[in-house]
Amino acid sequence: MSNQNTIQTGNEGSFLDAGRNYINRVKGGETGSLPALLGLVILATIFAVANPIFLKPINFANLLTQTATVTTLAMGLTFVLLLGEIDLSAGVTAGLSAAFLAITMSEYGVAWPIAAVIAILLGMMIGFLIGILVAKVGIPSFVVTLAAFLAFQGLQLVVVGKGGLIGIDAPPILAIMNTPMPIIFGWILLVVIVIIYLGTSIYTRIQRAASGQQNKPIGILVFRTIALVVIGIGFVSFLNLERGANPAVTSLRGVPYVVPIVLILLAAGTFVLNRTKFGRHVYAVGGNAEAARRAGIQVSRVRITVFMISSTFAGIAGILMASRQASVDAAAGRSIVLSAIAAAVVGGVSLFGGKGRLSDAVIGGFVIAVIDNGLGLIGLASGLNLAITGGVLLLAATADAITSRKSRTS
Amino acid sequence: MTNQTPVIELKNVKKSFGPVEVLRDVNFSVRAGEVTALVGDNGAGKSTLIKGLAGIQPYDQGTILFEGKPVELTNPRQSSEMGIDVVYQDLALCDNLDIVHNMFLGREEANAGILDEGHMESKAANTLTSLSVKTVKSVRQKVARLSGGQRQTVAIARAVLWNNKVVILDEPTAALGVAQTEQVLQLVRRLADAGKAVIIISHNLQDVFAVADRIYVLYLGKMTAAVKKSETNQADIVGYITGAKTQEMDA
Ligand SMILES: Nc1ncnc2c1ncn2[C@@H]1O[C@H](COP(=O)(O)OP(=O)(O)OP(=O)(O)O)[C@@H](O)[C@H]1O
Ligand SMILES: [Mg+2]
Repeated sequence: MSNQNTIQTGNEGSFLDAGRNYINRVKGGETGSLPALLGLVILATIFAVANPIFLKPINFANLLTQTATVTTLAMGLTFVLLLGEIDLSAGVTAGLSAAFLAITMSEYGVAWPIAAVIAILLGMMIGFLIGILVAKVGIPSFVVTLAAFLAFQGLQLVVVGKGGLIGIDAPPILAIMNTPMPIIFGWILLVVIVIIYLGTSIYTRIQRAASGQQNKPIGILVFRTIALVVIGIGFVSFLNLERGANPAVTSLRGVPYVVPIVLILLAAGTFVLNRTKFGRHVYAVGGNAEAARRAGIQVSRVRITVFMISSTFAGIAGILMASRQASVDAAAGRSIVLSAIAAAVVGGVSLFGGKGRLSDAVIGGFVIAVIDNGLGLIGLASGLNLAITGGVLLLAATADAITSRKSRTS
Repeated sequence: MTNQTPVIELKNVKKSFGPVEVLRDVNFSVRAGEVTALVGDNGAGKSTLIKGLAGIQPYDQGTILFEGKPVELTNPRQSSEMGIDVVYQDLALCDNLDIVHNMFLGREEANAGILDEGHMESKAANTLTSLSVKTVKSVRQKVARLSGGQRQTVAIARAVLWNNKVVILDEPTAALGVAQTEQVLQLVRRLADAGKAVIIISHNLQDVFAVADRIYVLYLGKMTAAVKKSETNQADIVGYITGAKTQEMDA
């Protein structure tokens, strides 16, 4: 079935036309996470030349676990940023969740799955409170979450005790960040990802064809699938290389458990944003809240939900943080939120709302982690490290401000 | 020309803000298949009259008849359920979304919770085609990339998509150039020809005379004239607007 519309869908033309359109969009300012990807390649090249350790499997695995907490936080924050709001309390929410996880297990003997659920629910509840204060009471999110940032630091001190440190000893929690999966799991993970990707893409094509609408050239799907498979094979094989310092004693190979966790969050969040009414409403409220309101969207409900999502992700990030450090201290999560905001913005999420994807946050998270990791390897003072990360954030925010202004005045 | 019961009829509608009477015993009716123009000087009460119909700002007193039956319009949901849709002057589109997304905003179609993009896209394209819109190339363009006239077109098409009986346009051509004004006016005409009751607010009498069937004039909150376009001329209307002339009104 074909329709007689003279109006196009943007899917017409060949594979090459699609490529040309993409280049035109990039030239027109819709760069997405392309600058971050390029930056990543450049940074990786510089660091690899400066210190060959950078490219070793052990460092790559480190990089993944280093970035996981920030990336998880950044994905949650992306929802809030899409509304043009901010959540400065995400880091300390993660810290508080980590503390609850540690205490419920060590002091109350709660089983780890229940403790993990409690930690995540705590995050969700915090988000609900923040959301109510922002959406119903009408306090700017900057102020609400700054207040929460301070208050939760105090609460954390009370919970953990000054100078205190609560150890984590549940093996499954520790495994998330510190133990690789069996070799075969990496390959299974890759197969599952490819199946999900192909499945959703083909479902979309069938759905569109059923409404008589033009599909994108099949070549794009083939190209992307091949790229996914090639990159995936490279990724899994690299992580399956031996990276233990002393393989005869302890062998260390395989994809870390945290990788599928982050990927599930990424896939679920992306599905919600791109394929559901709620996701569409998030973009609408971020683009023009008044238009959304007049279209009958319940704007304050969207606001509250978005803060709940951010804080729920923060709760999960707290578990990752606790796993990596094998303990929780009174300052846990204090400094991490700015890295997470930087990650999202560097990846291409706009601070002005309405623009950005979760994958941007993941790519941005990598950039921030690579800077941190690479500068550490070069042996620069850690102060410089912070200054450079700050500079990169400012650069990304500048690019964001300029493109937003351009699209507003055109 | 259609002459059945008006789709909307307002009788002795009043609205005050504190001591200020903004609408004073206003009578107003709109018919299907006609473009009804509402004109008047700044502050005459045009937007206030429209806000009452949109359910945003209910009238204090008076009767509202919808298709001959008395109704209440006290919130926006009620009027949109009755099929009254307002295209506001500031259009209220989301720049970061594309045309399809904007046309279905707040009323997205989904299958088992998953947005049915193909279906929405084809409906949007069909609506634009049925309005003979030629200025919009692709329904997947971001609204930020559209010209003023194209944006107006999208906003109007959105009202049409939902099969509304009454489409209210607040100054749809105010920001447009000559060519785009022409296109939007043609679109307005086509809406009426498709059987909808169209209300257009405009300060531009040339536009009003180009497109309207009937002209209502508000002067300081009173409806001072209700005339068929064929029975009047621009000079008379200017007289009514400035208060130099009045027509004895009866509903
Ligand atoms: N919410 C309000 N509170 C107080 N006064 C109001 C309010 N809304 C409108 N008015 C007054 O009511 C009068 C009519 O306003 P209205 O906006 O309906 O005029 P209008 O005919 O649409 O004018 P314009 O052509 O300038 O848009 C004005 O004197 C205005 O100041
Ligand atoms: Mg007005």
